Amino acid sequence: MTTETIALPADWRDFLALTKPRVMTLVVFTGLCGMLAAPVAIHPVIGFTAILCIALGAGAAGALNQWYEADIDAQMKRTRGRPLPAGRMSRDSALHFGVGLAVFSVLLMGLATNLLAAGILAVSILFYVFVYTIWLKPRTPQNIVIGGAAGAFPPLIGWAAVTGDVAALPLLLFALVFLWTPPHFWALALFVKTDYANAGIPMLPVVAGERATRTQIGLYTIPMAVAAIAPWPLGLTGAVYGWVAVVATAWFALLAARITFRTTGADDRMRPEKRLFAYSIAYLFILFGAVVVDRWLA
Amino acid sequence: MTPDEQRLAVQRRNARALALLLGVLVVLIFALAIAKIGMGWGK
Repeated sequence: MTTETIALPADWRDFLALTKPRVMTLVVFTGLCGMLAAPVAIHPVIGFTAILCIALGAGAAGALNQWYEADIDAQMKRTRGRPLPAGRMSRDSALHFGVGLAVFSVLLMGLATNLLAAGILAVSILFYVFVYTIWLKPRTPQNIVIGGAAGAFPPLIGWAAVTGDVAALPLLLFALVFLWTPPHFWALALFVKTDYANAGIPMLPVVAGERATRTQIGLYTIPMAVAAIAPWPLGLTGAVYGWVAVVATAWFALLAARITFRTTGADDRMRPEKRLFAYSIAYLFILFGAVVVDRWLA
Repeated sequence: MTPDEQRLAVQRRNARALALLLGVLVVLIFALAIAKIGMGWGK
């Protein structure tokens, strides 16, 4: 008698996991803030639909990323429990789900708001999948520098959904997320370097070494700080945002400087690197929240 | 639980989740249409 294993169909929770819900939180928040920072109001139902579309678009990009990287995910401790490498879902299911979600989110965005918002949403999904995941990530340590643009689109989409246009403030918010991505990701890459090396992903610490990565974190923090504070002197936001940005960015710079000038031994637990990674997430929430509060108080 | 029963349980859970999702979607589309009509869409 043979003990044949019958494969179970994927559970709905696996499809949910495919959308990377934790990443989606930040994407939805920055998109919502872009929407609330716009100078005109939006009908609540249309606003809700636009945010839903941003979330679904991000979910689609996450699903397609996991579809393409299933083999790599299987080699990394951090990702081997995901539905595809764990064998709980077929690759075809993930592909169909991702493509379906992408098409649906862009169409619904176009119907609910306008073609510009739908267009930027489509570009952001395509950019994340084709430019970042398929082209850059396996080839160059600059992957997240250029690929960071994919995660920077949501405030632009939120703003465009309300106004049908783009302006200086959402463009600066785009620049902020774009320039924030390298120090954020490289802080993570420093403490999961072995994982990336085992999977053959040319992240900066793997290719150029720890010392160069630490220097790059310090260097990228400078233009990021400029983009974070610039809306205040340019008159795009008020003093509330300005002071929050100055204090929060100073703290970011302090944590980044500690990493930049640090040398580690073999058994280092990478606590400052983990602290910068965790703070960098809170930092974006604080700054985008401040943009909205500043707008409401103006 | 036999493998067939397990498969059935997963399928039932998925069907319930899908039904809920479609229900929410229908409500959303209705709400969206009403909002658009209220804003003078199509005039």
